[in-house]
Amino acid sequence: MAGVHVSTTINGDPVEFVCQPAEVLLDVLRNRVGLTGAKEGCGTGDCGACSVTLDGRLVCACLVLGAEADGRAITTVEGLASGGRLHPLQEKFIEHAALQCGVCTPGFLVAAKALLDRNPDPTVEQIRYALAGNLCRCTGYDKIVRAVQAAAAELATDAAQAGKSGKSKKTRKQTAA
Amino acid sequence: MRYEAPTSTKDAVTLLSRAKGSAFVLAGGSDLLVRMKGGFIEPDLVVDIKRIPALQEIRKTSTGFRIGAAVPCAAMGEHAGLRKAWPGVVEAANLIGSDQIQSRCTVAGNLCNASPAADSVPALVAAKAKAVIAGPKGRRTVPVEKVPAGPGRTTLGKGEFVEAILLPLPKGKTGDAYLRFTPRTEMDIAVCSAGVCLKLGRGGVIEEARVALGAVAPTVVLVPAAAKAIVGTKLDEAALAALTAACEAACAPIDDKRGTVEFRTEVAGVLARRAAKIAYQRAGG
Repeated sequence: MAGVHVSTTINGDPVEFVCQPAEVLLDVLRNRVGLTGAKEGCGTGDCGACSVTLDGRLVCACLVLGAEADGRAITTVEGLASGGRLHPLQEKFIEHAALQCGVCTPGFLVAAKALLDRNPDPTVEQIRYALAGNLCRCTGYDKIVRAVQAAAAELATDAAQAGKSGKSKKTRKQTAA
Repeated sequence: MRYEAPTSTKDAVTLLSRAKGSAFVLAGGSDLLVRMKGGFIEPDLVVDIKRIPALQEIRKTSTGFRIGAAVPCAAMGEHAGLRKAWPGVVEAANLIGSDQIQSRCTVAGNLCNASPAADSVPALVAAKAKAVIAGPKGRRTVPVEKVPAGPGRTTLGKGEFVEAILLPLPKGKTGDAYLRFTPRTEMDIAVCSAGVCLKLGRGGVIEEARVALGAVAPTVVLVPAAAKAIVGTKLDEAALAALTAACEAACAPIDDKRGTVEFRTEVAGVLARRAAKIAYQRAGG
């Protein structure tokens, strides 16, 4: 069987791989690229443990062919932390004990990030709907919802502070002018 | 298996019509890849249509909306114009699966997967949607209800695939709605469902109606008798009762763990009645 050569971007880095035509993106990420954050739960798009984003949209990596990734941009849970600092969602998941066995956690983090990127201030109902494609057998979901709320609050505070310092810079500039 | 991602409809048709062995079209893959992984199908060729530019967009035309076969259902919900014109269709499309599935699943795929429980199909049928089919002999346009032939079977010939779904521009006071019954509120397959589209005339009297039911027959069914029951009325109690009876009479469902014949039949009538009320309100009645 001839392999398919794919050039893609994963967490901002250019990546090339050769995969089988029927091989799913999840297997490519885990077995060929060495990114084992995304997990296989069901393999049929029901559990969300393999959630990643593809060109900015949240998808199950088990229901995408590796070959489809050519020229696209993928982000995985490995891309959440930056500069050695955990993403606020990751910090809040730890703080709120929003995980037990941890298998579903990477998927929840990626899905929650996708939610907060488009809706920075979601209601509990919106959080629950947005995470309905992610299954967790340990936590009972409540701690996950609280962690997402806490992360949203922290991100809002960070944004407000960034806004203030941005404003004060502007003021300084104006004063200088 | 061979994977091809052509960049034109013509190339896709050529690949599909020349294929030896089994060939499948890949749009969102939320049904196809599950069937492949389950060992239900072993494709010799998969033709990914997502690289064909014209199939990736929702375009407003002088006659309505053209939804490319590669447009994910999430994008339908993000399209303000489409949401305003066809709220029932968009709600039905957005009911399919999780956010993860919404990013991938398409209404053309939902139609061609030919499940009688397909959520978007009753709404599309009620809205008088058409499917643009590309094939070796050129293009043909058919009402969407002509595409599914039975569970998992379509009327598409060799080398043919659905390129786009067309929705008309709603005329005058038109409203549509789709409702389904599922034991869970989310992430479930319809036990039965109903799509209704109404056009009102003077004084809120229903001028035209289309009623379609899902998961009560081998394919989604259009129920002209249900439409006839409410045309000329203002959706009063007697009209609603006649609508319910006509819907129940059109049901020939299966008996399975998700619902009995009796349950599906009764609930289909209830859903049609409720969907009709929503459609009536949306039409400005």
